[in-house]
Amino acid sequence: MGAMAGVVLSGNIIQIAFFWELTSLFSFLLIGYWHHRKDARRGARMALTVTGTGGLAMLAGMLVLGHIVGSYDLDHVLAAGRLIQNHPLYLTALVLILLGALTKSAQFPFHFWLPHAMAAPTPVSAYLHSATMVKAGVFLMARLWPALSGTEEWFWLVGGAGLATLLVGGYAAMFQNDLKGLLAYSTISHLGLITLLLGLNSPLAAVAAVFHIMNHATFKASLFMAVGIVDHESGTRDIRRLSGLRRMMPITATLAMVASAAMAGVPLLNGFLSKEMFFAETVYVNTTPMLEWLLPVAATVAGMFSVAYSLRFTVDVFFGPPATDLPRPPHEPPHWMRVPVELLVLACLVVGTLPAWSVGAYLAAAARPVVGGELPTYSLAVWHGFNTPFVMSLVALGGGITLYALLRRQRARGMLDAPPLMHHLSGQRMFEHLLAALTLAGRNGRRLLGTSRLQWQMLWLAAAALVAGTLPLWARGLPIGDRVQLPLSPAFALLWLLGAVCAVAAAWQAKYHRLAALTLLGGSGLCVCLTFLWFSAPDLALTQIVVEIVTTILILLGLRWLPRRDESLRVPTLAEERRTQLRRYRDLALALSAGAGMALLSFAMMSRPFPDSTSTFFLERALTDGGGTNVVNVMLVDFRGFDTFGEIVVLGIVALTVYALLRRFRPAREVMDLPPQQRALPADVDTDLTNPRQTADTAVGYLMVPAVLVRLMLPFATLVAVYLFMRGHNEPGGGFVAGLVFSVALLLQYIVSGTSWVEAHLPLYPRRWIGMGLLTALATGLGALAWGYPFLTSHTAHFALPVVGEIHVASALFFDIGVFTLVVGSTMLILTGIAHQSVRSHRYNNARADDEAAEQAAAATAPTTRGETAWN
Amino acid sequence: MELILALAIGVLTGSGVWLLLRPRTFQVIMGLSLLSYAVNLFIFSMGRLGLAIDKEPVLQPGLPQDLAHYADPMPQALTLTAIVIGFAMTALFLVVLLASRGMAGTDHVDGTKGKDVQEMP
Repeated sequence: MGAMAGVVLSGNIIQIAFFWELTSLFSFLLIGYWHHRKDARRGARMALTVTGTGGLAMLAGMLVLGHIVGSYDLDHVLAAGRLIQNHPLYLTALVLILLGALTKSAQFPFHFWLPHAMAAPTPVSAYLHSATMVKAGVFLMARLWPALSGTEEWFWLVGGAGLATLLVGGYAAMFQNDLKGLLAYSTISHLGLITLLLGLNSPLAAVAAVFHIMNHATFKASLFMAVGIVDHESGTRDIRRLSGLRRMMPITATLAMVASAAMAGVPLLNGFLSKEMFFAETVYVNTTPMLEWLLPVAATVAGMFSVAYSLRFTVDVFFGPPATDLPRPPHEPPHWMRVPVELLVLACLVVGTLPAWSVGAYLAAAARPVVGGELPTYSLAVWHGFNTPFVMSLVALGGGITLYALLRRQRARGMLDAPPLMHHLSGQRMFEHLLAALTLAGRNGRRLLGTSRLQWQMLWLAAAALVAGTLPLWARGLPIGDRVQLPLSPAFALLWLLGAVCAVAAAWQAKYHRLAALTLLGGSGLCVCLTFLWFSAPDLALTQIVVEIVTTILILLGLRWLPRRDESLRVPTLAEERRTQLRRYRDLALALSAGAGMALLSFAMMSRPFPDSTSTFFLERALTDGGGTNVVNVMLVDFRGFDTFGEIVVLGIVALTVYALLRRFRPAREVMDLPPQQRALPADVDTDLTNPRQTADTAVGYLMVPAVLVRLMLPFATLVAVYLFMRGHNEPGGGFVAGLVFSVALLLQYIVSGTSWVEAHLPLYPRRWIGMGLLTALATGLGALAWGYPFLTSHTAHFALPVVGEIHVASALFFDIGVFTLVVGSTMLILTGIAHQSVRSHRYNNARADDEAAEQAAAATAPTTRGETAWN
Repeated sequence: MELILALAIGVLTGSGVWLLLRPRTFQVIMGLSLLSYAVNLFIFSMGRLGLAIDKEPVLQPGLPQDLAHYADPMPQALTLTAIVIGFAMTALFLVVLLASRGMAGTDHVDGTKGKDVQEMP
């Protein structure tokens, strides 16, 4: 409803398109209201597909239109009619917008969705699918009439679609057996009439269109509600079963008869007036002689159809012998159910008899923007004299009655169940064929163009990055600069010789020797760390080495869950081996070129003088504004505090994600068993490892001396962390490093003493740490706001304490506390999360041992009833 | 010195890319780690006056506060962030790897067992 009002009220064409799609969406929901019914679901899906696609086409058309006019403002668009029509893109815009309008208004050849949409509850159908939503298409054509109409293309496209719809809809409506189906097709037909009027390119026709929009809404809504009443009271909407309802519900019958007479265009009702205007327009239209002859005939035939189906609606349902086999005995509905119908029918009558008095002013107001300015002269009178349109009306009435009588006789003979000629041309079938073809094409395209295989994606990614990096360098060249280079140090060369060997060896061994590869990776990491130290970056070196330690522990914990090499597989054939070899050469070439490219790029970059950067600013302001001498740390917690805040948020999210993923983690069964190293123990060793399945955790009573030492180390490690933290602002150190060092100290306890021991003696709540850290950092940032500074502005205070000496407290310190807390929490959450999996596997093994024991006991007592082992 | 660092970055990148293209999840995680070393070093080497020895960006009294006397702090701060995020990424990837291994029953990156053939060493 709101969306509909939005379409009507929008002053911007993009906005119109937006509300337009909203109406499609809501109509989808309403059609699918009875979601347990298959036809409702299908109808809803079809309606959404058709109108949604049309809406998208219309959005594209609106964009083209906006491009032509240079503005998306509706006023500008309407004023620029001439410009639009002479533009080369006019046809594109027109076709796209018409696609939207015609699909929405269920015009031929998109008319098929509307009858299926009648699966909706009747009030919804009355409101959406006859009175308002389908009118949106017509409304849009009327709205853009000043901008788009007046051309040959408009006449043929709009008029042609309208004429075809008018005839097809009317024709099909005569053969419907469902009351709502009949009304649906008649709605299609009337919409076709309106479209045809709009397509005639004459202002008078446009006025007639607007008038018919109003009249159709009135009588069709009342008819729908009458059908709703009939359905509600009698339990069926099948015209073949309904009969003689006039005697059971006389008032409803009268109302419905008046409304359908208006639909048929009987004089003294509103439908007659606009139909009369329509006939007049078809008679007086100026085109080719053939059309001048064809249009009035077609209009008269359509009039005959509408008389015929109106008769079918009234006579078959309300007259004849009273029906006996109805699901419910029909009677008059409660009065309030009838009130809306009464009001609408009253409107039909009043407009039909006193048109100028009742709607003249409204019509003028509604039609003026459509024709864009001056209204043509027209007369709203019941009696225009005995002229051609009146003759056409008479012919239509007479012909319609004859047609109805003919059809009735045919039907009585049982020859007419479906409309002749129509069921070969089922729109629904075409729609479903089209949909199936589209799905198939999409699937084929995906198979052809896409892959779900990571290796190929990686290959393309790396190749694309390489190409993207090479192309500009190829075009512009990569000159090596002449900046003075540092003197070569043999120690550094040796360091990186080692580093390179480690990296290459890690790449070589990562497949079957994971532990070795991890060690080698650590070697390269150490080289990186030393490089940082070498080139004056102590902060980086500190962080790198601690991160290195934590990462190694992390991967070590994960190694246990990776599968062993499967020796039982068959040996590859020679051809397969050759293919693998080729693939490897390709990857090797790619890796080599990537490496060479990066080396060249970094060397070229390091050899060139750099333009001025903002770094000087940080050096100059670190002490005065940030209150610290360690520029890197001041940058992190102060200048780029917001960035760091985002970073710790990411860290916290990652930790929680890891935690959540591991809660659902189920390792593969073959790695659940104890590792062979733990099982294979010499017989003379006396530890509880001899019966490993009895151990609760890392062996108790094992590594006693180191455990004591490590426990002693905890306070010292904590002290180191505090020291690193406190000096962070002025010397290398800081919250990150301190947090990681503290985490490593805790992890050492886990490693040596076992998970359950640590958690029994030192309960940690990593999630609380994360929350506290985030809150502290956030509170520090917000504190600045409280003093009227931007978020995360820092402030420094200096105190002189008696013994310690001068001490300075920056508000950034509190931010750093937040960072520290969060880093500890995240690291612990991630690592203990993985460590707990081992505990779980011990539990699993114990349960299995118990099961086996129970089974053996059972087997001993009752050897015949051996059950399966319970695996879970 | 610059040349050696550039070669180091190249070797790390090459090994990393090679491992990225391998079929086993563990190889990919190793490759990502190597690649992040390379990228961190690359960012770090972008200091305005190039690499600096014994010029830690920790302010000393009496020294003029300019880039001639201190190493460029900007790439250092950026790299510091990158290291920590790299750690988070490795952790997340490791857990995804384990979960995929648990669910798919294989450590192949495609999550399918692929062929019934032994792979070449």
